[in-house]
Parts: sequence; structure tokens; C-alpha cells
Amino acid sequence: MATVQDIEVPDSAARHALAVDELPDAVGDKMVLNMGPSHPATHGVLRILLELDGEVITKADPDVGYLHRGDEKIAENMTYTQFIPYTDRLDYLAPLANNVAYALAVEKALGIHDKLPPRCQYIRVMCAELARISAHLLGLGAFAMDVGAVTVFLLTFTEREKIYNLAEAASGARLTTTYTRIGGVMRDIPPNWCDQVRQFLKEFAVALAEVEVLLTRNRIWVDRLRDLAIISKEMAIDYGLSGPNLRGSGIEWDLRKNQPYLCYKDLQFDIPTGSVGDCYDRYLVRMEEMRQSMRILEQCVNKIPGGAENKSKEPVNVADGKITLPPKQGVMTKMEELIHQFMLVTEGMNVPPGEVYFGHENPKGELGFYICSKGGGVPYRLKIRSPSFINLSILGELMPGAMVSDVPVILGSIDFVMGESDR
Amino acid sequence: MTSLETAQKLKAKFGDLISEPTEFRGEISVKISDAEQIVAVCEFCKKQLGFDYLVDVSSLDNYGDDPRWTVVYELRGLESGCELRLKTDVSEEKSELPSVIGVWRTVNWHEREIYDMMGIRFRGHPDLRRILMWEGYPYFPLRKDFPLAGKPSDIPGVAFSKPAPLEGGPFVTVSGAKSATAREPRIRNPEE
Repeated sequence: MATVQDIEVPDSAARHALAVDELPDAVGDKMVLNMGPSHPATHGVLRILLELDGEVITKADPDVGYLHRGDEKIAENMTYTQFIPYTDRLDYLAPLANNVAYALAVEKALGIHDKLPPRCQYIRVMCAELARISAHLLGLGAFAMDVGAVTVFLLTFTEREKIYNLAEAASGARLTTTYTRIGGVMRDIPPNWCDQVRQFLKEFAVALAEVEVLLTRNRIWVDRLRDLAIISKEMAIDYGLSGPNLRGSGIEWDLRKNQPYLCYKDLQFDIPTGSVGDCYDRYLVRMEEMRQSMRILEQCVNKIPGGAENKSKEPVNVADGKITLPPKQGVMTKMEELIHQFMLVTEGMNVPPGEVYFGHENPKGELGFYICSKGGGVPYRLKIRSPSFINLSILGELMPGAMVSDVPVILGSIDFVMGESDR
Repeated sequence: MTSLETAQKLKAKFGDLISEPTEFRGEISVKISDAEQIVAVCEFCKKQLGFDYLVDVSSLDNYGDDPRWTVVYELRGLESGCELRLKTDVSEEKSELPSVIGVWRTVNWHEREIYDMMGIRFRGHPDLRRILMWEGYPYFPLRKDFPLAGKPSDIPGVAFSKPAPLEGGPFVTVSGAKSATAREPRIRNPEE
């Protein structure tokens, strides 16, 4: 007769310790293992040189740059508006958020960042939060798939598809949205967009609960993530981590709360933080962030000035002919509008000399733009502070001591995207 | 303590080394006149003024001006929420300044990137290699005298010394050449 029997499974930290202890010192040379740049678990073109002692990693040297396109050089050779499509291709899992970040940085340089029309601010917040959900969904789906839970990927991709539909309805493109303009957005949202967002939120809540059931208390998932790659508070700050990776280590820092921009001041949301700083905490933080994004979206669709259909004709662009394009009707009939249109398209807006830095809370962390202007329509220097690049720099410190099979878990929990890292 | 007060404290400590703080769009910048002192200034900023978080390091090429390089550090205190921008100039002949890796470890990749893109060296950096471009690449592409289209190179295997792999291939359209159907490899007649 079969009986229930207890079996003892040590936790992953103890397994590591055992594995290291059991290695005889005289085994011989270490092995160098090249992982990537084209490896399913590196999500893009990250290459890591691993030095192994048996199955334990003794040294890791991440090698980035395989997707370097020279975006900063390109930016110096075009007007501010012309660079917006290039921001789609930074973090290509959240192009809407990049558009918002870049537009806000240029607006700060122009000095109009606090004069944006309220409707525009709400639209941008909704875009940024949809992008956050979309990026976290992909990160989570791929992460779970690398750990062996393939079902999650199917669930999260179904939901991402709906976000792409929303992006398409608003901007006309699914991936390369280029939705924002300096001083506003390309066009107002379509009349039924808010209802579509409501519908999405309703369905997404169900899907997220399903993912939660599949993962959060799943024994295999918890065993593989808990106590792995612990980042202490000091280490997180020292390495300049940002976004969920910083908050996973228990630091309550979110640019939306600490340096509020757009209309985040008027919205209610919480900042989730982890307690230990291991992979499991980073996973939990991302899950909770998606729920908070849902809360923000819920409030936005109810509070958006002008309502869903904009019956009161709220503007979505700054009313300054030297910054945003005038209405087409005016260009065809009025002298001044025609001149503005011509000057904006050929020379761009005139950004006064000076330098600004603007950091935006992107899904992966703080996406910052440092703009140095010497006047005129072209930046003298545009530096992109990409969160993935900086988050990856900690790998060399994080990986030694872990095992080869932990590499996909650590990479999944750091959640990077190479398009942004390499620029 | 506001950002401006921290800048004034820095000025009080180091005197003439630090310029008067300037403000633009609510951001405070100070200039350090001697790049060799950058480590001491950063150390003070972190330990005494609470700037524990280094946001970003960028570099400027003031092409045609002397000194040619400017290195820009964006500092932040997570406790206080203060932000401060430190700037320091480096001349072209020297193109070198001390690394601040002993203050913030995050600067490791930032300094490698600046070396890679601008060619400014950081003394004391443990691993100053190229990071975005590959080892052996002969130029520093973010310099203002480097053309947007790139440069040819004599060194084999690097930087545009060979035609791109697709050039002349079946999927590249050249004006005056055969149509795409005729260029399709599967229908090509080897006896032609």
C-alpha cells in the first residue's frame, strides 16, 4: 500500500553551498563557456563569457554592443522631431513609453514641460502605463518560459496582442508607434479608445490572476527563484540600478512619485518594493507594478479631461506655432501658420542653449535623456541613459557562485532589452 | 537641503576649484576647474552631501574649442532627492582624467563607453576596454570630426574595409541590373 512519504529538498542557496563544498580543489583547470550572442535565453544579442568550475560559475563577463546602431551620433544629425522614430527602437517592447520620455526631455529643454495641456498629459500617462504592462508581460512570459513554464508565455502574449491593438488604434502603428510629438501627441485618441482600454483591463485582470495562480506559489518556480542572485540595497545603489530591479532590493524610489511629471501627482498608486532582493522579489515587484498600472489606467479613463470623446474640444498640443504644427486648415488659408509649418518642418523648433537631463520611469528602469543644445533645431549632444545597459553591468558581480542552469533565471529576473542597452 | 544648497556647500569646501552654481530649468550645474581633483570632489559629494546614486556620465566634444572634452556627471541623493551636475574639462593633448570607480561602481561601464565613443581615458579604471564597438576598431565614432557615414579602414577585418555581405547579392537592388525574378538564385541558369 502506498503511503505519503516526506522527502527533503534543500533550498537553492543550500544547494549552491553544497555544490561548491563538494568540488574537489584539485579537479583541474576551469572551463570557459561562451553563451550568446545568439542564445534563446539571452533575449537578443547579449554575449556572456562564463568561467566555470564544474557547474558553478566563477567569473562572468558580459559583452554588449552587438546591436549598436549609433543612435546618439544619429541624433546629432537631425532635428528633435526627426529623432522620435529612433526612440521606438530603443526599448522595442515599450515604444510608447520611450516616445513619452523623449518628448518630455525635449520639452524640458524648451521650458514647456509644465505647460502641457491636461488632456495630453493623461493620454501620455495612459500610453506609458500600457507600455509598462506590455513590457512586463513579455519579460515575464519569456522569463517563465526559460524556467520551464511555457503556458505563461501563451497567456501573456494573448494580452500583449490587445495592447498592440490599442497602440494601433491610437497611433496607427503597432510597434513603431512614434505617437508623441514635441509639445503634444500626433493626434487625439479615437472616441471609443477609452472603452477599449476598459474592456482590456477587464480581460487583463483575469489573465493576470491566471498567471499568478500558475507561478507565485508554484513549487518549482519558487525554488528556482528564491535566494538566487540577491542584490543588497547598497549594491543596488552602488551599481545605479533602476526600476523594478532597484525596488526589488527594497528601495522605494520611483520617478513617478519622487519627481512627479505629467499628471502622476493626481493619480493614486503604490510603489511595490521587495524585501530580500532576490529573483523572486523582482518577479513579485513586476507583478504588483502591473496591477498598479491597471489602477492608474482605470483612473485615467475616468478622469481624462474632455471625456472619452472630447466633446469640449480640449487641446492635445501646446498652442505655440513655434513648437507644434498648426492645424492644416490654417496652413492652407493663413500666412503665419504657413510660415510656422514651413519653419518647423525644415529647421525644427528653436531649443535655447543650455543642458538638461530628464529621467522617465520606463518599464525597465530610468530612461534618461541628457540634451546639450547650442541653440537651433538640432541637438549638439544627446546622451541616452539606458536602464538596461546599467542594469546589465551588475551581472559580473551577480553571477559568480550561481550555477549554469541559473543563468536564464538571473537574466530573466534582470529583464533587459538589448536594443536599449546597445543604442 | 536643496540642490542649490548642496552646490554651495561644495563650493565652500573646495573654494576656487568649484565654479559658481548655475541653474537652468531647475537643474544645478557646477564646473570643476581641475579634472585631476574629480575623485576628491565626488568622494565629498557622496560621503558628506549624500549623493549616493550616480545617474549618468556623459561626454561632450567641444570640437574647435580648447579644452576639447567635457565630462558630465549626474548625481542624485536617493534620501534627499537632490540632484547635482558636475562638469569638468579635459584637454585634447591629455585626454585623460582619474576614474571615480572607487566612489560608485556603476561608473565602470559608463567610463568604458566614454573611452569607446570619445577616446577619453580614465586613469585607474581596472578594465578600460571598448564596450559597444569591437576590440581593434580604430576610431572614436562620437567625435565631431568622425563622419556620420563612417570611415574606411586599412586594417583588415574592421570598419568597412570589405563590402557588406549583401552587396551584389540576390536581395539587393542596383539600378540598371536584372529584375528581382531574374536574380532569384533558384531560377538562375548555371550555363548562362
